Amino acid sequence: MDFTDEQVLRYSRHIILPEVGGKGQTKIAEAKVFIIGAGGLGCPVGYYLTAAGVGTIAMIDNDTVEISNLQRQIAHSMNTLGMPKVESAKKTFEALNPDVNIVALRKRISKDDILDLISAYDVVVDGSDNFPTRYLVNDACVMAGKPLVSGAILRFEGQVTTIMPGEGPCYRCLFEEPPPPGLVPSCQEAGVLGVLPGVIGGLQATEVLKLILGKGDVLKGELLIYNALKTTFRKVKIPKNPSCPLCGEHPSITELVDYGEGYCTTQ
Amino acid sequence: MGEGAETHVDKSINIKGLVCPYTFVKAKLAIESMEVGQVLEILLDYEEASRSIPKSMEDHGQKVLKVEKINDTDWKLLIRKDRE
Repeated sequence: MDFTDEQVLRYSRHIILPEVGGKGQTKIAEAKVFIIGAGGLGCPVGYYLTAAGVGTIAMIDNDTVEISNLQRQIAHSMNTLGMPKVESAKKTFEALNPDVNIVALRKRISKDDILDLISAYDVVVDGSDNFPTRYLVNDACVMAGKPLVSGAILRFEGQVTTIMPGEGPCYRCLFEEPPPPGLVPSCQEAGVLGVLPGVIGGLQATEVLKLILGKGDVLKGELLIYNALKTTFRKVKIPKNPSCPLCGEHPSITELVDYGEGYCTTQ
Repeated sequence: MGEGAETHVDKSINIKGLVCPYTFVKAKLAIESMEVGQVLEILLDYEEASRSIPKSMEDHGQKVLKVEKINDTDWKLLIRKDRE
């Protein structure tokens, strides 16, 4: 790829890295990333990937921007209250970097369209806030063979893992089924420190860039747990489960499942 | 391999007027676009880059053939691409 003078300046701190260079920056420019959710995690992931010059970034989310989002969802602002989150984020990202093509999908992802939607993308990022979506995205990525960078946050703790279908474990190797709705903290219990999704989303964006560049090690078979109160990072090994209902030797899940409503999602 | 005055130059860039780190960014993009064994000539007028570009090129595994001050303001570097 021939860089314009402006692109040479914009991406200069990438280009001088031996692990990136002009060739790596070209890979970033040609990459297509699909982000589930334009909330706490989706905002920083999309923001940094836009800054990095990822060629195409799709975001899917059905919600509109509310003032209670602004404590942590950094792509939105007072100027975009009431606007669909994906449109608000698109506006912010396009202002940051006009090189990037932002695809805004205002809808809820479902078992009927997820495989079609992600088919043209290289990497999927899960920044959803509920278990039905988390399992749906995991299952679809395993079936489609798409790398998935999964993140989750609650209160002061966040987790990141990178699922490499066929190579490492999937989310169901860890927890075969979603927890029953009653066991999930209710909205009143589920606060979150506003900066926490910035830390976890930043880690997710880093995983995505390493996958695009083919450099370094990703969190394959590992769950990284960050505790913001204690300032600790802990890595837990996740073995591939040979009897995993999705990616094990005799899978029982062969089509996508919608676990549906019943889970409270926080605004 | 002939060095110095007889060195065959495959590509030449003029980065006069640029300062760090853009001097190195331009030099690196140029060398990336070349084949192993080819020689890049760099004309520059930012003194620090006459030292930092050769050092960074060597750190990246390239061979510095020549660093020459050609007049009061300008330097000429010859770098051979030794690795991708």
